[in-house]
Amino acid sequence: MSNPKHLQYTKEHEWLTAAEDGVSTVGITAHAADALGDIVYVQLPEVGDTVTAGETCGELESTKSVSDLYSPATGEIVEVNQAVIDDNSLVNSAPFEGGWLFKVRVEATDELLDADAYTAFIGG
Amino acid sequence: MSLRHTALDALHRSLGATMTDFAGWDMPLRYGSEREEHLAVRNRAGLFDLSHMGEITVSGPQAGAMLDHALVGFISALGVLRARYTMICREDGGILDDLIVYRTAEDEYMVVANASNAQVVLDALTERAEGFDAVVRDDRDAYALIAVQGPEANGILASVTDADLPGLKYYALLPATVAGRQVWLARTGYTGEDGFEVFCAPADAEHLWQALTEAGTGAGLVPCGLSCRDTLRLEAGMPLYGHELSTDLTPFDAGLGRVVRFDKTTNDGAFVGRKALEQAAAEAESNPPRKLVGLVSEGKRVPRAEYDVVDADGTVIGRITSGTPSPTLGRPIAIAYLDAAHAEPGTAVAVDVRGKHEPVEVVALPFYKRAR
Repeated sequence: MSNPKHLQYTKEHEWLTAAEDGVSTVGITAHAADALGDIVYVQLPEVGDTVTAGETCGELESTKSVSDLYSPATGEIVEVNQAVIDDNSLVNSAPFEGGWLFKVRVEATDELLDADAYTAFIGG
Repeated sequence: MSLRHTALDALHRSLGATMTDFAGWDMPLRYGSEREEHLAVRNRAGLFDLSHMGEITVSGPQAGAMLDHALVGFISALGVLRARYTMICREDGGILDDLIVYRTAEDEYMVVANASNAQVVLDALTERAEGFDAVVRDDRDAYALIAVQGPEANGILASVTDADLPGLKYYALLPATVAGRQVWLARTGYTGEDGFEVFCAPADAEHLWQALTEAGTGAGLVPCGLSCRDTLRLEAGMPLYGHELSTDLTPFDAGLGRVVRFDKTTNDGAFVGRKALEQAAAEAESNPPRKLVGLVSEGKRVPRAEYDVVDADGTVIGRITSGTPSPTLGRPIAIAYLDAAHAEPGTAVAVDVRGKHEPVEVVALPFYKRAR
């Protein structure tokens, strides 16, 4: 599976879009979704919460394990993906599209990788 | 230590399996979605590589009497070509492993141990055979093991064998020819479905896997990994060593006291652990400490092994041994040891899921029973 060129990535396997009007969309990569297996529960921050780059802001639970969700950016949450909360399998089936997790008004970000660097990082 | 590989290792890799270290074996965890594999077994059929299980052959004129001495079951009373679920316990009654014993001939038995305990069981049987006219043989490398499980398993197998499948009862076995290869064919599933285990020579494993795959394609058979094997057995309420069973527990603690047969007529009724198990039986009768129960969650977060079970005041009243989202029920389920006072089905308790108390209801096991 390829990592879209227009996204940026963290070493914790999140992706985020270039900010539009200061807002970026965040999700987890196909590599991460595949490693977790079928996602059965998604806990996301709430609209209005402030998240901090590199800190946990939620949970992804799969059949076999629980993983922390790290925020790739610092800023205020402006939207969460209700479709993913209702149907967790979107994270597995469309991690870069319908399976996005939240939108954040970006004040700062962690160190980010471009698609090629991330692909190399995961050994692809 | 390097991982051991089954005879089907190359096949798993060609199928794109996600592999995992299980008891020192490199085993397929899943091939695609573990949920879809699980549902395939419930509704159609699944194919499993279980070659990590440990086969030990015990033979000789006193093989039955020796197993009556070494195990808690009444093994010599088993008919030829029948199988039994049993346990091997320590002198203090603690469970060393749970086993299936197949009687393959008048004076020969095949003991199948869990991969993680195979060496322990082999060592204990070897030691306990002393003084008996019986030989204990390590057959772990002599067999590969393939299972076909699910409502379509019977039809799939029937298309590649002339064996008398209708005559093969649950917990029985047959010497048979499957896809042209000589095997032991058993009907002893661990998924809650009808199904078969094929004990074969490792050199025949790939041929048999391919033949079963082809025979099952039209019926919707898919290869299945250990991940769905665990969710299937959990729904079926079957114990797993290291989770529901351990050396700290007797069969009576695990609600499986029925496997202990004090009525054995060989060896004057003596067997390893008898004295301790008689005590455990009396205690379970009069003053059970904890009971093994099922829990069904009302939320989506999954109660997992080692999590505490708490009452309304937050007092710890038990501990989860296994937990998973149940694909069949569509809700999280768990098995737990619970203080007897709270173990009645219908009781509302909670599980401490990483600091938050999630409400759960006590239910009787199993969670799932197939319609017959």
